Amino acid sequence: MKKLINAPDDVVREALEGIEAAHADTLKVSYDPYLIVRSDAPVQGKVGIISGGGSGHEPLHGGFVGAGMLDAACPGEVFTSPTPDQMLEATKAVNGGAGVLHIVKNYTGDVLNFEMAADLASAEGIDVESVVTNDDVAVEDSTFTAGRRGVGVTVLAEKLCGAAADEGRNLADVAELCRKVNGQGRSMGMALTPCVTPGSGQPSFELGEDEMEMGVGIHGEPGRYREKLGPASDVVERMATAIVDDGVFASGDKVLAFVNGMGGTPLIELYIVYRELHKFLEGRGITIERQLVGSYITSLEMAGCSITLLKLDDELTRLWDAPVNTPALRWGA
Amino acid sequence: MSGESSESITASSLKAWIGRYADVIAEHRAELSKLDAAIGDGDHGTNMDRGMRKAVEKLDALDEADVGIVFKTVGMALVSSVGGAAGPLYGTLFLQMASASGEKSELDLAGWTEALESGVKGLQARGKAQPQDKTMVDALLPALEALKTANTEGTGLGEALTRSADAARTGMEATIELEARKGRASYLGPRSVGHQDPGATSTHLLLRSAAEALGGARS
Repeated sequence: MKKLINAPDDVVREALEGIEAAHADTLKVSYDPYLIVRSDAPVQGKVGIISGGGSGHEPLHGGFVGAGMLDAACPGEVFTSPTPDQMLEATKAVNGGAGVLHIVKNYTGDVLNFEMAADLASAEGIDVESVVTNDDVAVEDSTFTAGRRGVGVTVLAEKLCGAAADEGRNLADVAELCRKVNGQGRSMGMALTPCVTPGSGQPSFELGEDEMEMGVGIHGEPGRYREKLGPASDVVERMATAIVDDGVFASGDKVLAFVNGMGGTPLIELYIVYRELHKFLEGRGITIERQLVGSYITSLEMAGCSITLLKLDDELTRLWDAPVNTPALRWGA
Repeated sequence: MSGESSESITASSLKAWIGRYADVIAEHRAELSKLDAAIGDGDHGTNMDRGMRKAVEKLDALDEADVGIVFKTVGMALVSSVGGAAGPLYGTLFLQMASASGEKSELDLAGWTEALESGVKGLQARGKAQPQDKTMVDALLPALEALKTANTEGTGLGEALTRSADAARTGMEATIELEARKGRASYLGPRSVGHQDPGATSTHLLLRSAAEALGGARS
């Protein structure tokens, strides 16, 4: 294992100390329990929005804390869900009297811990709504699995719900918007290399020099199938076909196209992916109205990418364009 | 532990059990993480070790306690320090055992069985796992059944706890052939077959530690 760290056990805390030092103007960090909160929280009268998950997916979620997006993030240990006491503290810290939305990625640990946190917050008299994202088409949605994973759509939902909360919408409306975004978004990921958690020091799976893992999750968990790596055009066609044929998208649609790096992929390759995606969608009569290209929901040093498409309407486009000021996403602010 | 077997479980014997379990988890930390790496994300040993060390620390700080407070202290420590799915699941197990035990100063076999049954029900309500889903439940339910049978047959506490640990072991071993339907392992589908479930494994260790620390069974 080759990593720029001091000690495996200190990775999360030391990264938080770095975030605090770098972004002291807009963020507050606490260490018992771990929390990243916007420094002007709670914003009175605004619906608070929190999310959280294991660390190792940066900038998700802490890099999205700030005006126009999340009010707080709860980082867990690397690839380990945070705990209900963190989420309860975050909920209390951002509640400006209008209630708090929990945006939860569909991973068993995240869901169970957020459920316990919502029970605790309700017991303290705070209105909480929870929305679970589950946009990963690589997983068959059936009663025989834990259901589709929450991946790229989570980033988009955090941005769009943050803008809706800034417009003064109430908790039920912001939660409904979150469900709409989740319902209209689909993702698929692939990996060229596994990742190595600092705790284990071992690759999450073995992949041959000429192989790719298609349908991979964001914890280096194995995907749908493993095959010989082909050209980018072929890889993107398979991913985009799985997304577009999932029942949400049709010719004539306008979409937000999000090409995401898994942590170890250079931007030059992500733009080649974007080129192929653009051509593919043109061929299907789908117009890219907005786009996001970069590494926003990562899996440590894993090489690979994910593609997320979100069907847009005037409301979602307007909310996407609204100002945002966070360490990782910033425009109009 | 001595071979002396008592017929009741007190707060101090529960503390000894948790201490024993924390040691066993520390010994099996790498093995549990290795089982988890095969079908999950490879951190079950690390997470349980962190949680059990926290539980022991919290118990050491307790002065006087009834059995309910011991269960509750362990449950809260696990919920706030384990993370992942295991934190809420083990946490709920202990918190429900606390509710079922109330302010009792000790538990007999019937009281222990009742507490565990309540804990398993709470855990199933939280995690929605059914038998054969390849989870902790596959070790817990047979262990509970064995306890109930021992109650009916009127065996001593030590014998009952040994039988429940043995049943948990059988249930744990049976998870090898199962296809996972819950948690991260379920994403593997048929590729999860052939691996023993890490949650069922740590559950077997929990009940084995109980037989040793509470029932006088030899390790």
